[in-house]
Amino acid sequence: MKDLLQLLEDDSTLTHTQLAAMTGMTEAEVSAAVAQYEKDHIILGYKTIVDWDRTQQESVTALIEVSVTPQRGEGFDRVAQRIYQYEEVESLYLMSGGAYDMTVIISGRTLKEVAQFVGEKLAPIEGVTGTATHFILKKYKEKHLIFPIQEVQEERFVFE
Amino acid sequence: MIDYSKLMCQRVQDIHPSGIRKYFDLLQGMEGGISLGIGEPDFPTPWHIRDAGIYSLEKGFTKYTPNAGLSDLRAAVSRYLKRRFDLEYAPVGQILVTVGGSEGLDLTFRCLLEPGDEVIIPAPSFVCYGPLVSMMHGVPVMVETKAENDFRLTPDELRAAITPRTKVLVLPFPNNPTGGIMGREDLEALAEVLRGTSIMVVSDEIYAELTYSRRHVSMANIPDMYERTVVVNGFSKAYSMTGWRLGYVCGPKPLVAAMTKLHQYAIMSAPTTSQYAAIEALDHGDGDIEAMRDEYDGRRRFLVDGFRKLGLSCFEPLGAFYTFPCIKSTGLTSEEFCDRFLAEQRVAVIPGTAFGLGGEGYVRACYAASMHDLDEALKRLEKFLKSL
Repeated sequence: MKDLLQLLEDDSTLTHTQLAAMTGMTEAEVSAAVAQYEKDHIILGYKTIVDWDRTQQESVTALIEVSVTPQRGEGFDRVAQRIYQYEEVESLYLMSGGAYDMTVIISGRTLKEVAQFVGEKLAPIEGVTGTATHFILKKYKEKHLIFPIQEVQEERFVFE
Repeated sequence: MIDYSKLMCQRVQDIHPSGIRKYFDLLQGMEGGISLGIGEPDFPTPWHIRDAGIYSLEKGFTKYTPNAGLSDLRAAVSRYLKRRFDLEYAPVGQILVTVGGSEGLDLTFRCLLEPGDEVIIPAPSFVCYGPLVSMMHGVPVMVETKAENDFRLTPDELRAAITPRTKVLVLPFPNNPTGGIMGREDLEALAEVLRGTSIMVVSDEIYAELTYSRRHVSMANIPDMYERTVVVNGFSKAYSMTGWRLGYVCGPKPLVAAMTKLHQYAIMSAPTTSQYAAIEALDHGDGDIEAMRDEYDGRRRFLVDGFRKLGLSCFEPLGAFYTFPCIKSTGLTSEEFCDRFLAEQRVAVIPGTAFGLGGEGYVRACYAASMHDLDEALKRLEKFLKSL
């Protein structure tokens, strides 16, 4: 059986009533558990995955490799903090491997906006020694969801 | 003009078409309709399994396989049955790869039945047993299983159905449509009745991987029963491979040899692409089974809970992916309920009567559907019940 966290990770729109039924817990137990997860920051938040390409809204996403000089006593954390404070930064990861140190994912409305962010905000941060920006041309899959979700009309025979 | 009704054998003309079909036809072209009628997993076959099928095509494996199936596949089936169900079947001589579990059932009846032989079939159950038996001039003897017994077949019910003409007992567990299962102690009790008789058991274990409280136990695991049991299984439900049409049948060597002979004339060999994909499924698919079962389990609990909250009593199904709520409280017959629910709320469920004896007063709702659809179906059910 899937536990609460697994169920919620798959679909955060499930109501506590539904979750209770699915796990055999009472609604009160579900609410208490979810509240505790939120309090402990095990659940960080609830977001929606949007395929912006299917809307009128312009949007570009870039994946930026960032080389960083670690700071004495604080390693990469201090620089990371300086990077992730920016609203534009969607995700930030410290990477293994020698080529670069961090991956930053940022979204903007236009290419220019992203370029501006890299040039004016990201690159000048103290400790950042280099960046390489890769624009994402097409998203195929995110968080286990395939873009666009294909509605296949199969001929199905119902006999079983 | 040829009168075909005079040409076709009477037995096939006497067979009724499945009662499930009608609801599907009605639902087609219905805007916003929801089907909890279809008895099929809603997941596509896991990618690595599909990929193995594709790869076999790329390599040009497009010819017939040995009649009994690829030896690698039979070896994989043998390992799988040992690992998952503690069943011992030799890859050579005891395992025949078939076109779905259905062919395995058909072959078994063909190889066992003489005209007039009786076949005990617990009902409600999957619709195929009776017609297949009738085609072999056999006599289906339906035995009604009851909600108060958790839709299990009891030793008393079995004993009462046995006559000197009884040749076969079908064990359709985990059960479609009730979701009932037979535990080891239930099977032991039936075995007690069967010992000393010459009755063969056809155990349809297609839903064996889909049990929710305890592991499936096969009749072939019960002392003295191995030699009189034919195990029918397949890939459709465990690996969501319905369209690949692949199953297998395991049993005593002389019987499997006879089935292989028939299979060789009627089928030649099961689809080659499917067989290569199936090897991958058996060898690397245990995780897929767990993932799908976990997913079904949540939906199962949700749907059963939903029926009960709306005041319909619902036996807790412990296997397969069906719920079988009782709708007697509505005062409608199963068929009236299903016809009206579909017409008024555009939700398809199947009347219990489509599954034979004992189905009146029940409907089958399949939870191999998205949570969204299940939720919406329950909301519409609430409206429907209020309108009655």
